[in-house]
Order: sequence, then C-alpha cells, then structure tokens
Amino acid sequence: MIEASGVSWRYGGTPVIDGVAVTARPGRVLGLIGPNGSGKTTLLRLLYGALRSSAGSVRVDGDRLSSLSPRDAARRMAVVVQESGGETALTVAEMVLLGRGPHLSTFQRAGASDHEVAARCLARVGATHLAARSFAGLSGGERQRVLIARALAQEATHLLLDEPTNHLDIRYQHEILRLVRSLSTCSVVVLHDLNLAARYCDDLVLLGSGGVVAAGETPEVLDPQILQPIYGIGIRRLDIEDSLHLLFEPLSEENPA
Amino acid sequence: MGALVVTEVLGVQRRRTTTWLVVLTAALVVTGLIAVGTGAVGISPVTVARIIGHQLLHIGDVTWTPPEEAIVWQVRLPRVLLGILVGAGLAVCGVALQAMVRNVLADPYLLGINSGASSGAAAAILFGAGAGFGQYALSTSAFLGALAASLLVFLIARSGGRVTSIRLLLAGVAVGYALYATTSFLIFASGSAEGARSVMFWLLGSLGLARWDALLAVAAVVIGGTIAYLTVIGRSLDALAVGDETAHTLGIAPDRLRLRLLVVVSLCVGVLVSASGSIGFVGLVVPHLARRIVGAPHVRVVPVAALLGAILLVGADVIARVLLAPQEIPIGIITALVGTPFLLVLIKRLHGVSQ
Repeated sequence: MIEASGVSWRYGGTPVIDGVAVTARPGRVLGLIGPNGSGKTTLLRLLYGALRSSAGSVRVDGDRLSSLSPRDAARRMAVVVQESGGETALTVAEMVLLGRGPHLSTFQRAGASDHEVAARCLARVGATHLAARSFAGLSGGERQRVLIARALAQEATHLLLDEPTNHLDIRYQHEILRLVRSLSTCSVVVLHDLNLAARYCDDLVLLGSGGVVAAGETPEVLDPQILQPIYGIGIRRLDIEDSLHLLFEPLSEENPA
Repeated sequence: MGALVVTEVLGVQRRRTTTWLVVLTAALVVTGLIAVGTGAVGISPVTVARIIGHQLLHIGDVTWTPPEEAIVWQVRLPRVLLGILVGAGLAVCGVALQAMVRNVLADPYLLGINSGASSGAAAAILFGAGAGFGQYALSTSAFLGALAASLLVFLIARSGGRVTSIRLLLAGVAVGYALYATTSFLIFASGSAEGARSVMFWLLGSLGLARWDALLAVAAVVIGGTIAYLTVIGRSLDALAVGDETAHTLGIAPDRLRLRLLVVVSLCVGVLVSASGSIGFVGLVVPHLARRIVGAPHVRVVPVAALLGAILLVGADVIARVLLAPQEIPIGIITALVGTPFLLVLIKRLHGVSQ
C-alpha cells in the first residue's frame, strides 16, 4: 500500500504537482493517466522517492518513505523507469541479476538461487532467448521486457512502471500489462493509452494541470464528461460485454465551433 | 530448460573470469621477474626469483654476487613494485571514473588531480617547496597539490547540492586547466632551463623515485585499499554506470555513491601521481581492455583491470629503461605510443557495436 498526501513538485517556478494525494491499494493496479505535461511521471517519481516533496508525505505500508534506507525502499518497491541505459556493456542476464542487489549484503555475491530468480523472471517476460545478448544491442521493446524482468527479480511488494508499454508492439503491450495484473502485488502504472488503462487498471487517477482531476475505480474515472475537457478531444464510450472501450474523434470536425 | 540456459550463461562468465585472473596473475609474476632482471646488468628471471626468495624467506643457496643482489633488491625490485601499484591504481581509478561520469573517454586525470600534483611538483623542483620534508619533498609537495585540486573539484561539483556526472566533468576540466596554467607559470617564472627539464620529465611520468621507503608503503596501502573497495562495491558501480535513476530504484543513492567514489579516487590518484608523475593512457585504455575480456560487471572488471594495468606499466617501464639505454626516457611517452593504437581500435569497434 502506497499512500501519498499533500505532495508537490515544481520545475523552476511552475508547480507541476501541487498538493496531490493518491493511494495505491494492495493487490490492485492503479493507473496514472492524464495528457502530456500533466505530471504523471513526476508524480510517480515522487512516489518512489527519486523526487522528494518538501511538503506532505509518502508512506509505504505505513512507513514514511523518507525514513527507509535506499536498500529497504528498493526491497519494497521495484521500478521500471524510462532510462535507456543504452551505453552499458552488460548482458541481458547480468542486467536482470542487478535486480537481486537489494537482497544481497555488501560482501555477498549473487549465488545460484539469485541466478534462478533471474532466469525465472526472464522467462516470465518471454526473453529467455536474449540472456546472453548485450543489453545495448536490443530493440526498444526487448529492452523494456528485460527491464521489467529486472524489476520482477527485485521481488518487491510494490511495482511501479513508467509507461511500460512504450516501444512495445500491440501484443506485448497486452502481455506486459496482463503480467502486471497477474502479479497481484500493489502496482502503479503510468499509461498513455486510455483503452489499456480501461482494461488493466482497477483504479485510476486522472491528472490535469496541477493536480488530480478525478480518482476512483476505473469505470467511474473513464467518463467522457470528465475526460473530454482534460484531453481536448471528443470521446465516446462503449461498454461491450463487461469491458469498456473509448473511441476518439477530434472536436474540431464534430463541432467546428 | 530456459532456466538452465540463463544460469549456464551466468556461470560460464564467472568461470571464464577465474581463468583470466589466474592467467593474468601468472603473467604479472613472469613480467615482474623479467623486468627486475632487465637492465645494464642482465640477471636471469630464475636468479631474480631465487634472490627474492632468499631475501624474504632465507631459502636456497647463494649462487649470485653481492652486487647482483643489491641491484635486484635495492634498485630494481622497488621500482617494479611501484610500477605494479601505479599501473593497477591507474587502471581501477579509470574504471571508477568511467562509471561515475558514464563516459568511455573518462580517465583518472579527468578530475584535474594530476594538474594539481604537477603544480606541487613544479613548486618543489623549481622553488624548493616542501624542503622540510627531506627526501619526500617532491612527493609531499605533489600530493599537497593533488589534494588542493581534488578539494577544488569537490567544492565546485558540490556547489549545486548534487554531484551530477556533468558537474563533475566540468569541475575537473576547469580545475585542470587552471592548475596547468599555474604549472606553466611556475616554469616560466623560475627562468631555470635545467629546472624546466626536470619538471617536464616529471610531468611525463617516471618510476625513478621508487625505493624501499614510506612512499612505497603508502602507495601499497592506498592502492590496495582502493582496488578492494571498488571490487566490493562492484554491483553499485554496475547500477551507477547504467544510470542514476536505475541506481536509485535498485537501492543505491547515486549522489552519495559518487561523492564517496570521488573521495576514494582522489586520494588514490593523488598518491600515485605523487609517486610517479602523470602517466597517461593506462587509466583510459585498460578498463576497455578488461571489459572486452570479462564483460561489464565491475566485480570482474576491477581485479582484471588492476592486473592488466600492472602488467602494462611494468612492461612499459622496461621499454623506457632499455630503449635509449643508458638514458632513461619518461614512461608516459611509451604508454601514449602503445596506448594510442589500442584506443583507435577500440573506437572503431565501439562504432561497429552501436550500429
């Protein structure tokens, strides 16, 4: 469970996140959605402590994030960031093995059991065949799957992902998110694609300029009345066989005024 | 099946590293023995080994002359040992800096520490600075210069609160240029041609200061400690080399780690520059060589780079002593001449990989 309240962040003089509260509940997938520049990534970075809000607090399972050591925090939260790491000469297997770091003491080296965890996590994202390849030589989608495998290898109780479906083709977009769902850990995902959010998130937080516009269970938040003014695009919602789909049309064509 | 493949991949890399460590250690011992035996008076490596054995453990019969023993024990062995230490130290500091600033062209002199040491050395040679330290005047003065340079870099890099890689780079370059100018000014102001030549010789690096003295002992402790430290924190270096955000999510505070590394590397480079001047290229080329043979994880790269650096520098010192014998040429000339083609090959290969 991650509870943030009253967190803020400003770049220069402009507040991007201003006094925001979010709660990610155990066993559920929380999606952070919103248009470009609404601060989805900034909020996620506040949640895992890469940014420290001067006001408010972030609690992980009841403990203040700022009171946890970096290693303790890494054991509770695994994060998939959008950092390429394209220059590294590590192989894929070594990259995934880095995820075991938070579980090893300073003088301890990764052992056979860690190797097995790494192998299992690579298999889970369907990337076993890449094990001996150089990470830098992978395509964007392959890298993304390897980074998710590394996060899984951390065996943390919370999983945070910043646009994990970037660079992935449609099949892997769904496979990765289905995987996240199946983990039954407490997950927070930044997503661009509202239809993916509709299908895979239990709860959503919709960010607009400066703060939370709507928060709640997915069907409540994905209301065209709420979304339309925030995204500036015409939205129709179809509920087909218990699943929810959104169709988009530019407002200017439908309504030239 | 899949799991087996992955664990096999990881296991093979580990075994290959062990083999390399054994091979390189043997190569270093052989190179060292040959280096001690090479010079105006040639002594066979076997005799060298027996003299060292006799000195250390009092074993074996004496089949050599007292002058031979003096040459081996008093003159050449300390020099070869200093070469091993300096070569290993330069190589591992290069590894650390390349991880810290995430740039493959980083080397131990990036932080401007050698420029500080040069200014100190120039002050000692030209104006007799640090004369109170007796036989250690030159190295003490150089070390104080290195210390001043690293403090400056440290303060500039920290001025914004966070030690980012780009700030570290800029601080190092700025301090380096300023102190380089200081050294040139000192040479110009002294007006002594002889002094200028000595400073020049020192700037290009030499192992000529090596004796059984406190300097060698300090170098051994500091450089040995640095190698051990960098090997132990290898996993953190891996994460840092991938990126700050990655390091953070893996439970490593990147700024704090970089700060700690800055202190360790500054101390190590300060000591080795004080002992041997600025020997270029070893710290730049050897890390790449090490990565090429054992892969990227620093737990393996650091010890392998240390051994490679030691072998390379001891070899270069032999060439420096022999090439224009009886005149000795600065070792930095040799390492640059040998290092440049290496670097060009690496750049070509790097280009090939990224495409």
